[in-house]
Amino acid sequence: MRVGVVTFPGTLDDHDAARAVRYAGGEAVPLWHGDSDLQGVSGVILPGGFSYGDYLRCGAIARFSPIMNSIISAAEQGLPVLGICNGFQVLCESHLLPGALTRNVGLHFLCRDQEIEIVNNESAWTADFDRGEIITIPLKNGEGSYQCDDRTLRDLEENNRVIARYVGVNPNGSRNAIAGITNARGNVVGIMPHPEHAIDPLTGPTSNGLTFFTSLMKSRV
Amino acid sequence: MAKVIVDVVLKDEILDPQGDAISRALPRMGFSFKTTNVRQGKSFILTLDHSPSASELKEIESAAATLLSNPVIETFTIRVED
Repeated sequence: MRVGVVTFPGTLDDHDAARAVRYAGGEAVPLWHGDSDLQGVSGVILPGGFSYGDYLRCGAIARFSPIMNSIISAAEQGLPVLGICNGFQVLCESHLLPGALTRNVGLHFLCRDQEIEIVNNESAWTADFDRGEIITIPLKNGEGSYQCDDRTLRDLEENNRVIARYVGVNPNGSRNAIAGITNARGNVVGIMPHPEHAIDPLTGPTSNGLTFFTSLMKSRV
Repeated sequence: MAKVIVDVVLKDEILDPQGDAISRALPRMGFSFKTTNVRQGKSFILTLDHSPSASELKEIESAAATLLSNPVIETFTIRVED
């Protein structure tokens, strides 16, 4: 399976995301922010980093790049899209996912290994997990506090659209300790901690994150 | 020449940890006035070489609603300084 990995100016984690795709048995296809051709990929990853220097708001400028216009149309048609960290912020700014990511409570940039519970294993990117599985992957962000209005929160909870929750102390003030969400169809997933940094115990805390990428290989959303 | 100023602030219900930090810093620095709340926002100052027409102001409003602010978490106001 060919999976696109987008690079914006300021993206940091595109190489790790591409490596994760290869570890999962896929072929990583680099996609450039200034292009609009998705090159026939079967899924797209928006990696972490600081696209456009986080100017204006995290993800706000990236959302208007040519590649995002193509990704937004394709995602609305069902193309699996995973946004990690800054990629999650881009998905919210694009309105592919509801809500927004704001400054961490406490204002500190957090960088640590984080336990999260997978609460939805029906999305394109989490189908290979067990429901309720607790995994450890790195969390590293300054603006990771998931915020939305009450109606959106109720909609997310009632329709099983929360993908993962932080376990233990809520690290950044996210509503309902939300670490990741999906759209109604289950093809678009945004997650704040980084599965692509936890695919091999040699280079990460665990290999738990690999399951996001193997899930895609098996998905038929 | 005219300046169109777009002020963007977080909605009241959205947590503002930066505003809270400022609120805690004020008494620590010895300021005696009491605040019940501090909110931090940002301003965009658009300079035009003429007074904006009604249609231009409408366009600026559209830019404020799409690019300059995120309506999910923020509200904005627009004022013109000639």
